[in-house]
Amino acid sequence: MSYLEYNAKATPSGFRKILYLNWPLTLLLASVAGVGFLMLYSVAGGSFSPWAEPQFKRFLLGMGVMLVVGMVPIWFWRNISVLAYLISVALLLAVEFFGTVGMGAQRWIDIGFMRLQPSELMKITSVMLLAAYYDWLPPERSSRPIWVLLPLLMILFPTLLVLRQPDLGTSILLMAAGGGVMFLAGVHWAYFAAVIGAAVGLVSAVFQSRGTDWQLLKDYQYRRIDTFLDPSQDPLGAGYHITQSKIALGSGGWSGRGYMQGTQSRLNFLPEKHTDFIFTTLAEEFGFIGGLTLLSLYMLIIVFCVATALAAKDRFSSLVSLGVAITFFLFFAVNMSMVMGLAPVVGVPLPLVSYGGSAMLVLLAAFGLVQSANVHRPR
Amino acid sequence: MKRTPKDLEGAHRKLSRRALLLGGLQLGFAGGLAARMRYLQVDQADQFRLLAEENRINIRLLAPARGEVFDRNGKTLAHNSPSYRIIIVPEDAGDVEAVIARLSKLIHLPAEDIERARTEMRRSPPFLPITLADQLTWEDISKVAVNAPALPGITPEVGLTRIYPQQSDFAHVVGYVGPVSDYDLSKLDSPDPVLRIPRFQIGKVGFEAKREDVLRGTAGAKRVEVNATGRVMRELDRKEGQAGADMQLAVDAGLQNYAQARLGAESAAVVVVDCDTGDLRAIASAPSFDPNLFVRGISVADYSLLTEDPYRPLANKTVQGTYPPGSTFKMVVSLAALEEGLIGPEDTVWCPGYLEVSGRRFHCWKRAGHGHVDLNTSLKQSCDVYYYDLAIKVGIDKISAMANRMGLGVRHDLPMSAVASGLAPDRDWKARVRGQDWLVGDTVNASIGQGFMLASPMQLAVMTARLATGRSVTPRLVKSIDGVEQPSGAGTSMGLNENNLRMIRRGMYSVSNDRRGTGYRSRIIAEGMRMGGKSGTSQVRNITAAERAAGVIRNKDLPWERRDHALYVCFAPFDKPKYAISVIVEHGGGGSTAAAPIARDVMLQALYDGTPPLSAYPKGDRSRIKAQQERLERERIKSDHPQDSDRA
Repeated sequence: MSYLEYNAKATPSGFRKILYLNWPLTLLLASVAGVGFLMLYSVAGGSFSPWAEPQFKRFLLGMGVMLVVGMVPIWFWRNISVLAYLISVALLLAVEFFGTVGMGAQRWIDIGFMRLQPSELMKITSVMLLAAYYDWLPPERSSRPIWVLLPLLMILFPTLLVLRQPDLGTSILLMAAGGGVMFLAGVHWAYFAAVIGAAVGLVSAVFQSRGTDWQLLKDYQYRRIDTFLDPSQDPLGAGYHITQSKIALGSGGWSGRGYMQGTQSRLNFLPEKHTDFIFTTLAEEFGFIGGLTLLSLYMLIIVFCVATALAAKDRFSSLVSLGVAITFFLFFAVNMSMVMGLAPVVGVPLPLVSYGGSAMLVLLAAFGLVQSANVHRPR
Repeated sequence: MKRTPKDLEGAHRKLSRRALLLGGLQLGFAGGLAARMRYLQVDQADQFRLLAEENRINIRLLAPARGEVFDRNGKTLAHNSPSYRIIIVPEDAGDVEAVIARLSKLIHLPAEDIERARTEMRRSPPFLPITLADQLTWEDISKVAVNAPALPGITPEVGLTRIYPQQSDFAHVVGYVGPVSDYDLSKLDSPDPVLRIPRFQIGKVGFEAKREDVLRGTAGAKRVEVNATGRVMRELDRKEGQAGADMQLAVDAGLQNYAQARLGAESAAVVVVDCDTGDLRAIASAPSFDPNLFVRGISVADYSLLTEDPYRPLANKTVQGTYPPGSTFKMVVSLAALEEGLIGPEDTVWCPGYLEVSGRRFHCWKRAGHGHVDLNTSLKQSCDVYYYDLAIKVGIDKISAMANRMGLGVRHDLPMSAVASGLAPDRDWKARVRGQDWLVGDTVNASIGQGFMLASPMQLAVMTARLATGRSVTPRLVKSIDGVEQPSGAGTSMGLNENNLRMIRRGMYSVSNDRRGTGYRSRIIAEGMRMGGKSGTSQVRNITAAERAAGVIRNKDLPWERRDHALYVCFAPFDKPKYAISVIVEHGGGGSTAAAPIARDVMLQALYDGTPPLSAYPKGDRSRIKAQQERLERERIKSDHPQDSDRA
């Protein structure tokens, strides 16, 4: 469906667009971010600096970006998908060659006024490209091998670049989100069955190759897997993160120790307490009720994205909204599994709550796409 | 590209179906997360809460202050002094090697200390503090504190360390402490948790080790809240420990100091027993060493210097060394004979210079013989033949029994390291230990304190005190614990015939005061201070047939380690014995020449409680004694001004 098929008159225009924003979604995003400010204030020991205040500023900027993106017609975003994707890939390559090494991985590129993490951008542009691709592709061709191979390459190329950084968490997110969009677009079941089979094979290859010359992962990645499988074997070394995170979480109980009363985070037992492990502080201070509330807020965001997608009249709007939802879901699902000891520590932040600029900006821009789909739906 | 609405309709339905399916899966996964959260936070909450408390609250033991040790006049022999040390937390330091390099530019860090710290770091988790340097001066600590920003992970700490202000004077009595070693811990079934405090000092040798039980005290504890790096955030509560008991020894530091200096470079020992109380007024063993070296951790070079010295500075010769008592044993033999009623004071023995016993000829030290010898002469001139004859009459079992009553061959319970029991042999002993029959030749040897006979200088001093008082004087090292006076060692009457004892004492008086006595040259002439004594010279080698044929070899022609031991025992004042003294000079030659002057000098020092007047000495000796007094005054360790014990 091309933009010519849109009935421009049937879509809101001008300032009236603001009325057609998905306001419940906007409020949900703001409340989740609000939880983030509360927690960042708490882990800093009751202080706006160094985390809560910059995070709030970035959130305001992000909301602005979201509104701007939401006001721009959805077909514009569809039409620039290829360009956005190519720019992201170019940036990833730039990181490969000119990037700054931070935290043992090459992830950042310094573009003067801020440090950009192209892998974050990649998460959303790859979803956009896939949505645009399936919008363009006649549905009956979507399961033909040649037309399956093409999106697969679109996903795998950036994934490999990200994996080289190395950033296992983001690569998993990229693949899973891409796969999700392909599944939604109607690609045949059999392909997914094959991929899952291959993944099982790969996992066993990863373990088989350990210690040989051609081992597939870095040693630290193997160690993370080991300690995930049995954190108790090295409680003070590599298993420290998982053990301490479970202790903090578990000591929260039903209703938690109370705001700013968490002992584990305040006494620095929790590593990365303001970034990847911020959920443990929330769980320690607000208990099971607090954790469940945040989880429900997240799920409501998913629900509103899916509702927008189902109501949309064109494939791009549907697929991009669902793709954003899947990406968002993967963020918090992987992060929470990690801190609850259900998944290895892979370095995925808790979306909108963890301290971090790139991720928040990119996520809010992505929700801008959902907003745009909502606003520009023919009525 | 034109699509039919039907196609689109179908694709849209498929998309909605799959979207709902995926949404359902997501909901399911979220449900799983919620269940997991519930399991951790509700079902297992108690367990994790406990773990969190353990994380947060740390119990730190507070090392108790070790009991201090004083001499009988309150002079400090061992005390605790603040010592500054530097702790490193490897995790906080980051680049440990760089920090150590920076630190060693500021203060002197011995390579050994750094190496030991590195080993400890490899063994323990990175957040545990490790001692990098110990016994630092205040200046060093200030330098470190000022440069703290450049030294992450480095903290100065203050602890207590043991100081021995009397240095080598009391090394053998008080001993020394050192940090608990793995070996120490392995010897204990359930070690006191206080021993796990890093660098906690426990007694290693001597009194410090033997009375560890009272000196150590009990640990206190504080509960602190710590952060993940182990840094203390705040103290929650604190229970002070119980300091160790202060101990007062019976030793007189001034006399000990004099005795130690008087022995000088000889390999020798002197013991002064208070006849009234059994107090060990001085118990000196030379050469000695500085126990402070061991507290810090002695260097390999210094240690091998001590262990390779043929004069054995590490051995406490007063209680640990046993020697054939030689002629000092003759009082015991004569007393045994007197108590048996076998001899009277007028009975004499003919000494031709030897005695033939079962075909073997036993010589008197005086080859020409002493002629007719009675008891008094036998002691005065130390005639051997008289005792050969006497011992055969009395029999070894009676002699041995008398020796035991005099405190020889029995272990005196003193809180010092390796207190030897010596040996007063009898038939039973030889049959049991050697599996041989007792021979009459053995009795002959024992009669002059040779053969199997062994006694420590402390035992000989006790023997002398018992002869002088007739009471079972027992040695006492500890005068009081935490102000509580310990039982006296005065003892009770041994039930010996006072006349017999008087005869023995008369003989000893002659030794020291009769012109022909062996100890005459080392007499005291001050009235009311005269002493009774007995010299001894004990052989450390067997005289070979060839040597016997060649005649007597003079001692000074022999290599040092084969020369005779010189012994002297004495008590004074003769009329009212106050002190009993024994002296041994290892390989010193004759007892009357090498040991008696030392015994006399120490006795006078004890009697006058300080430097005696020259009038107490025989006239001819006074100028020499004066020179000696002046020399010793210079050489004596000035314990009132202990050396600066800080690391230079």
